[in-house]
Amino acid sequence: MTATERTHPPILKVANAAISYETRYGDVEAVRDVSFDVHRAQTFGVVGESGCGKSTVAFGIVDFLGPNGKIVGGSIKFQGQELVGRSQEELRKLRGDQISMVYQDPMQALNPSVTIGDQLAEVLTVHRGIPKDEAWKKSINMLDRVYMPDSANVMNRYPHQISGGQQQRVVIAMALLNNPALLIMDEPTTALDVTVEAVVLDLIEDLKHDFDTAIVYITHDLGVVARVCNFVGVMYAGEMVEVGSVESIYGNPLHPYTQGLMRCVPKLGATKESSILYPIRGRVPAPKDRPKGACIFAPRCDYATDRCYNEKPSLRQIEAGHNARCFYSEEIDAEGWEPPKGLVPEITPVVEEAEREPIIRLQNLKTYYEQESSSLLSLVGAAEPMYVKAVDDVSLEVPPGKTLGIVGESGCGKSTLAKTIIGLETPRSGEAEFLGFDITAPVSQRDVDLIEELQMVFQNPDSTMNPSYSVGQQIGRPLRRFKAVPGDQVRQEVIRLLNAVRLDGSYYSRLPRQLSGGEKQRVGIARAFASRPDLVLCDEPVSALDVSVQAAVLNLLMEIQNEYDTTMMFIAHDLSVVRFFSDYVAVMYLGHLVEIGPAEEIYAPPYQPYTEALLSAVPIPDPTADQKHIRLSGTVPSALNPPSGCVFHTRCPRRDLLPDGGKICELETPPWQYNSEEHRIYCHIPIEELRKMEPVVTSR
Amino acid sequence: MAVSEQTMPETAAQPSRLKRLWEGLSIIFESKIAVIGLIIILFWIFVAIFAPLLTPYTPTEQDYTAQNQGPSVKHPLGTDSLGRDLWARLIYGARVVLVMLPVTDTFWLPLGTAIWGVLLGLLVGSTLGLMGGYLGGWVDEVVMRLLDAMMAFPVVLLYMIIIAAVGASATNVVLAIAIVGTPGIARLVRSLTLDIRTRDYVRAAEVRGESPWYIMFVEILPNARGPIIVDAMLRVGYAIFAMGTLGFLGLGLPPPSPDWGSMVAKGRQYILSGSPWAALWPSVAIGSLVVGLNLFADGLSEESTRYQ
Repeated sequence: MTATERTHPPILKVANAAISYETRYGDVEAVRDVSFDVHRAQTFGVVGESGCGKSTVAFGIVDFLGPNGKIVGGSIKFQGQELVGRSQEELRKLRGDQISMVYQDPMQALNPSVTIGDQLAEVLTVHRGIPKDEAWKKSINMLDRVYMPDSANVMNRYPHQISGGQQQRVVIAMALLNNPALLIMDEPTTALDVTVEAVVLDLIEDLKHDFDTAIVYITHDLGVVARVCNFVGVMYAGEMVEVGSVESIYGNPLHPYTQGLMRCVPKLGATKESSILYPIRGRVPAPKDRPKGACIFAPRCDYATDRCYNEKPSLRQIEAGHNARCFYSEEIDAEGWEPPKGLVPEITPVVEEAEREPIIRLQNLKTYYEQESSSLLSLVGAAEPMYVKAVDDVSLEVPPGKTLGIVGESGCGKSTLAKTIIGLETPRSGEAEFLGFDITAPVSQRDVDLIEELQMVFQNPDSTMNPSYSVGQQIGRPLRRFKAVPGDQVRQEVIRLLNAVRLDGSYYSRLPRQLSGGEKQRVGIARAFASRPDLVLCDEPVSALDVSVQAAVLNLLMEIQNEYDTTMMFIAHDLSVVRFFSDYVAVMYLGHLVEIGPAEEIYAPPYQPYTEALLSAVPIPDPTADQKHIRLSGTVPSALNPPSGCVFHTRCPRRDLLPDGGKICELETPPWQYNSEEHRIYCHIPIEELRKMEPVVTSR
Repeated sequence: MAVSEQTMPETAAQPSRLKRLWEGLSIIFESKIAVIGLIIILFWIFVAIFAPLLTPYTPTEQDYTAQNQGPSVKHPLGTDSLGRDLWARLIYGARVVLVMLPVTDTFWLPLGTAIWGVLLGLLVGSTLGLMGGYLGGWVDEVVMRLLDAMMAFPVVLLYMIIIAAVGASATNVVLAIAIVGTPGIARLVRSLTLDIRTRDYVRAAEVRGESPWYIMFVEILPNARGPIIVDAMLRVGYAIFAMGTLGFLGLGLPPPSPDWGSMVAKGRQYILSGSPWAALWPSVAIGSLVVGLNLFADGLSEESTRYQ
C-alpha cells in the first residue's frame, strides 16, 4: 500500500461480514468472517469456486439478498458510513447513485424493447434530473469512453442489434454514467468469447485510471484476476482464506487451498508431457455441513493436524499486506509439495509404433444448414436457397490413440463438425472415413458395430444424464444395446466402469440429482466408454466445471484414454486446456480450418494470424507473464454470407505484412502452407514471414 | 401416467423404488390445498367402492309410498320422484365415474369411465405430441393442424356429435372423452418434448443409434411426466363435468342406471315444487369432485415446481 492510499479512507470496508439464508433446513450461513478493503482506483478481485459465496458477498454489499437472505453480523462501511442494519430507504439514500453493478449476462441487464440510447439517457434523467438532450449527449460521450465504435448510431439501436461484447460495453457505460465511487462486477466476461473478453478486460483495466473508481471484481477465473486486479481475496466455502496483492498471491500463495488451486489450472505454456494437473481431493462442503470451530479446509488439506480440526484459524498477517487463514502458513513450502499417492494417474507413455494409419480422415467436408426464407418466392420454391456454412471445406486426419483438440470461438463450427462425424448432421459434400468405413451417412443408417466405436461426451453436466433413471441403468444401456457383455454381467461391468471413473459401486442405484456436477460428468464419461469405442468426441467436457473438478476430470479422461488406447477429438474454447490435453490442435474460424498441427507447434511461431490473436487473448493465471497485445476488431461475420477470399480478412490484424494491404486476401482463398509435414497454415502471408513472429506468451 | 409406467425399462432395486415413490407422495402433504383436494377425492372413491355396504337400498329400488321426500332417518338424502333413495343413487353413480367401467351388462373393468377416458386420451395424445415434437417436419405439421381443426369445435358440440354418432353407452363416453381430450394433451406433450429433446441425454441416445420410438418413450416421456400428471388430474375433472353434461342432455348412460347428469335432469322439474333434493345432491357431487381434483392438481403443480 502506498502512503496516499493509507491517508484516504477506503471506499468500501467489509469487516467480519456474515450473511445467512433462511431455508427449509433452517438458517444456513452462506458467508462468514469476510473482511476486505477496497480503495479508490483499485480493483479487488474475489475468486473462488462456485458455491463459495462470492456473489453473496456482492449482493450483501448492495443488500439485494432477496427475501430470505440477511446480513447477520459484521459491518460493511461504504465511504465511512455503516450499511448494515439500515432500512431500505436509508440504504437507498446512502448508496444513492454511488454504487453500480455489472452482471454476467448483458442480455439480461438490458431491456430488449427499449433502444440503447433511451436506456442510457434514462439513468441520467431519473437520477440527476438532467434534461433529455443533454443526457443523450453525455450518453454518447460515455459510449465513446468505453470504446464503442459508431457510438451515435448505436444509441438508436436495440440491444439485440449489437454483439455480446458491445452489449457488455453498454452495460458498463450505464454503470459508469453516474460516476460511481464503487463498481461491483459479477463475472462480467464469463459469457463472452475469449477475444471479446480480452477487449472488455482491457476496458476494465482502463476504467480504474480514467474514472478513479473502486472496483470489486468477482470471478472464478484465475487468469482474469491476474490480468485486471490489484488485490485478491480467495474465498473457500463462505470464508475468505487469503487476501493479498495479486503479485504476492500468485508468486507466493500462503494458504494450502490457494496453492491447490494454482496446481489445478493448466498453464498456456504447459504441454501434456511436461505438466500434471493436481486436483484438490474431496469436495467443497455444503453450507449446512461446514464445520464450526475448525478450519473449513482441513478435510481436504494435506498439512492438516489435530489443531486444524479443533480450532478455527483466523485471518492473520503472514507477510506485509498478505494475510492467510492458516496456522502453518510460515512453515508450508509449496515448492516442496508432494502429491499424495493415487491423486494423479500414472500414465505410461504410449510406445510409438511404426506409422499407423489414421483412424479418421475427413476430406473437404462441408455441412450446411438451409436457412428458411420467409419470402413469397420461397413459398413456391423459386427462391435461391440460403445456406449457413457451418462447416466449410474441412480436411483433417487423426492418428489412432492420439487426441486432436479443436478450438475456436462460439459459432465457428466446432460443434457442427462433431455432430457431422457422429452422424447427427449429414454433410452436404466431402468425404469422411472412420476405420476405413464411410461415415457420411446419418447415425440412423449406420451399422451398430460402427456406432459402437464412435461415442461422445457432452458439455453440460446437468443435462448429460436423464433425470428419470439411475446411474446404473444409464451406464448399462449402451452395454445392453451393443451387447458389449453378456446380459447377466451388465451389473458387474457397470460397477467396473464406475470404478474406472473413480466412483464406487454405491453410485449404481443413485439418481442424477443426488450427484455433483463433476460426478455427473464422470458418469457421462463412463457411459461413453462403456462400449469401448475407438473414437470419443468430447464436446467441451470440462467447461462447465470448477477448476479443481476440471483438473480431476481431465486427468481421468487421460487415464482412460491411456488404458483403452482410445482416439479423442476434444472440442474446447479454452486454449490452455486444449494445450494440456491434446497431441494435435486444429483452429477453426467461421466454418474453416485455419491451422492444424502438433500442439507444441501451434502454440509457437509461425502462427496463423487468427491463432495468434486467440493466444494473445487468453487470460493467463500469472501476473508476471508477458503476453502480446493483439485485439481483433469487429465481430465474427455471419456464416450465412461469409467474406470472400480468406474468411478472416475482415478482422485480420496481419494483412499489412502483405503488399498493398493484403488485397489478395479479399480476392483469393489462401493456400495451405506447410511449416512441417504435419503443421499447415491457411494464409496468404508467406511462411517465412510468419516464422519471424515472436512468441505470444513469454514467462519471466 | 400409465404410458410412462409401461415403458420404464428394468426397474431399479426394490427399496429405492419404494423410497422414491414415498418421496414423490410426500410432496402432496406439503401443500394444504392438495391435501384438501385429496380428502374430497378419497371420500368419493371410498363411497364408490363400498357403496353396497353403505346403503341398504339398491339404486333402482322404488318406493311408491315415499316420493320426493327430503332427508330423513330412513332416506339420509331423501328420495326422487320415483321414490328411489338418493344416497344410494349418488354413491352408485360415483362408481361409474370413478371405480368401474361397465363394458357390457355382465363385464366391467376397474377404474371409472372418466379415468379410462383420460387414460386413453393420454395414450393417443402423448404419442401424437411426442411424434410432433420429436420428429418435427411434415409429421408435426400434419398432426398438429388436424388437432387444431378438432380444437376449433366447441367442446360440448364435439361430445354431442360423437355420442350421437356412436350411441350412448359407457364405453362410447370413454371414447368421446378421449377424443375431445387428445388435442390438448398432444399440445402439452409436444411443447414439453420440444424442450426436452434439446438435452444432452437425448443426444447421447441418438449417438447410440437408438430408434426414435425408444427416444420418445424412454428418454423423453418420463421427464415430461410431472406436468402431464397435473394436467391429467384436471382432465379427469373436465371429464366428470362432461359426463354430467351428457347425462343431463340425455346422452349419458341409459336409464335407469344411476347417472349424476340424468339425475339432475330428472330432478330439475321438481325444484320449484318444493323438492330440490333430487337435483341438488348430484350437482353437489359433481361440483365437489371437480373442485377436489382442481385443488389437488393445483397443489401438486405448485409443490413440484417449487422443488425442481
